[in-house]
Amino acid sequence: MFELLGIPPAALFGQLLLGLINGAFYAVLSLGLAVIFGMLNIINFAHGAQYMVGAFVAWMLLNHLGIGYWPALFIAPIVVGAFGIVIERLFLSRLYKLDHLYGLLLTFGLALILEGLFRNEFGVSGQSYGVPASLTGTVNLGFMFLPIYRAWVIVAALIVCLATWLLIEKTRLGSYLRAATENPELVQAFGVNVPLIITLTYGGGVALAAFAGVLAAPIYAVSPGMGSNLIIVVFAVVVIGGMGSILGAIITGFALGLIEGLTKVFYPEAASTMIFVIMAIVLLVKPNGLFGKRA
Amino acid sequence: MKLTKTVVMTSILALVSGAAWAQDPIALKLGVLNDRSGVYADLSGEGSVIAAQMAVEDFGAADKGMTVEIVSADHQNKPDIASNIARQWIDSDGVDLILDVPTSSAALAVAEIVKEKNKIVMISGGGTSDLTGSKCSPNTVHWTYDTWALGNGTPTALVKEGQKSWFFITADYAFGHALEKDASAAVTAAGGEIKGQVKHPFPGQDFSSYLLQAQSSGAQVIGLANAGGDMINTVKQASEFGITQGGQTLAGLLVFITEVHALGLEAAQGLMLTDAFYWDQNDGTREWSKRFAERHGGDMPTSVHAGVYASTLHYLKAVEAAGSKETEAVMAKMKETPTDDPLFGKGEVRVDGRATHDMYLFKVKAPADSKGPWDYYEQVSVIPAADAWRPLDQGGCSLVK
Repeated sequence: MFELLGIPPAALFGQLLLGLINGAFYAVLSLGLAVIFGMLNIINFAHGAQYMVGAFVAWMLLNHLGIGYWPALFIAPIVVGAFGIVIERLFLSRLYKLDHLYGLLLTFGLALILEGLFRNEFGVSGQSYGVPASLTGTVNLGFMFLPIYRAWVIVAALIVCLATWLLIEKTRLGSYLRAATENPELVQAFGVNVPLIITLTYGGGVALAAFAGVLAAPIYAVSPGMGSNLIIVVFAVVVIGGMGSILGAIITGFALGLIEGLTKVFYPEAASTMIFVIMAIVLLVKPNGLFGKRA
Repeated sequence: MKLTKTVVMTSILALVSGAAWAQDPIALKLGVLNDRSGVYADLSGEGSVIAAQMAVEDFGAADKGMTVEIVSADHQNKPDIASNIARQWIDSDGVDLILDVPTSSAALAVAEIVKEKNKIVMISGGGTSDLTGSKCSPNTVHWTYDTWALGNGTPTALVKEGQKSWFFITADYAFGHALEKDASAAVTAAGGEIKGQVKHPFPGQDFSSYLLQAQSSGAQVIGLANAGGDMINTVKQASEFGITQGGQTLAGLLVFITEVHALGLEAAQGLMLTDAFYWDQNDGTREWSKRFAERHGGDMPTSVHAGVYASTLHYLKAVEAAGSKETEAVMAKMKETPTDDPLFGKGEVRVDGRATHDMYLFKVKAPADSKGPWDYYEQVSVIPAADAWRPLDQGGCSLVK
């Protein structure tokens, strides 16, 4: 049996697959961030907290209302998205004309408040959320036992990424949206309700975060800090992909998951640093990120 | 400075008719210094304050001519904040005893200040065995657990049961390294073998990669030299990948019951761990824990909470015996009087400050075996106090002659 750098290929495939699954989370989360940044020019630091709230909404639906995983996959993003819309109308809409920094500070503050509230209510250790009955068990892939739920995560993430990309790049609504970010006054003059589109976009971006939160609930501990652990990596993904680039966020998310997966095999101590090393290199070579358009 | 302060007057002296004061009452001020908002808030936090209050009440301080006031503060797991609070407490607020202090670095920093100011600190939440080893102090008492006891307890007990080959998943920072080092040494000393180890960045999120490496190593036991959220996620994902169902044993080196509660039995079942206290051990622990839970939102106490209770009780007894709160006299009484309380049973405070008592190897129950909330552990074996703690002469403590 041949070996690659001392690792049997079976083990390597397994690790790559796991990397791809983590990449799926990075992709969905960075997609939401990229949509919000690309369309609203807001650096949404509350994204991690909104992801966390999504997971908690799923937990609350199950434990207080007896609503299971599948409905939660739709309800939680709608609930958290609606919350995002309120935030946008109340606060963010007043900041569009100001520097990026104001949006960043506001959303960062929001993230701290949300985390604090949830920590106060649920404690720091978090809550457990089981894998839905229809997705329990593992399949034998020959080189590893893959939990069915993890396979579902990849499928779900791919579907959502593709749908979002199609919506923004290929539909009429998407074209309004893109036009509105280029020249809001002109688009408004054509009779398109630009503030409404912007509000819905933020709600959509937040809903994506909540969707990722529900996906994550059966895998990670549902705890108030779960978002802040992930958000920094996701920001690095967005920067590498190019701020605001939808396709860039998706591809970079999956790719970095793979690279991180490999690092965990060959030099695990560097697994969390690797992404930032890549970010530094990319920024040196292509300051706008791999898929960034703006000069 | 963000300082949450809950001040509780636990006892007000009532004048008994006709009785004259035999002596001036001893006024004590105890400060519970721990994490009230971060990763250790569940296992220490407000619960430790409740435990200290219960000790004061159970001791009957008011009837014994003592007034005891308890203050508390959040050190946010930062040694600099912990030092500042300790300094302020001692210098301007007149605090006599500092309790709990989770996070090793904060505990070491506070112990240093307490020594300088000649007051007393009784650690329950902080884990490093240096507190009674190379950094020991005549003003420190260390209750509940330490890294040596945990690193030693589970491995030795499991190897004795024939679980000889080990693989470690280790958090890549000082605490994880120390725990893995002690545990590896214990495995080898007991006749086991180390199949490998992997160090993960701290904090981590996805541990499946390391679990797969552990799985393919073929080791009988996967030792988790990590803590808190990292440990929770590792156990949860191990259950997802069917590690324990595959015949491997998971051994958590630092696990508290609040974390098992967060995991749920479905994910945590089969996990082996060492702890100093479990609420459902005997009538004494059950009675106390029930009273504790009533005041703590229904949550059962952790061993850290129990340690705060027991150490406060021992301190109060020593003050009573010494008839003063003068540091040397109280420390001398604490070390010469055997410890005895309903939670930890009988033990002693050694010359190096280590409070010794039995430790226990627990196995987390399967959901079917659990009778209800918080019915989580099944006791596998007792690690007698004589074996549970680092021998006096091996710690490098200057107080040991």
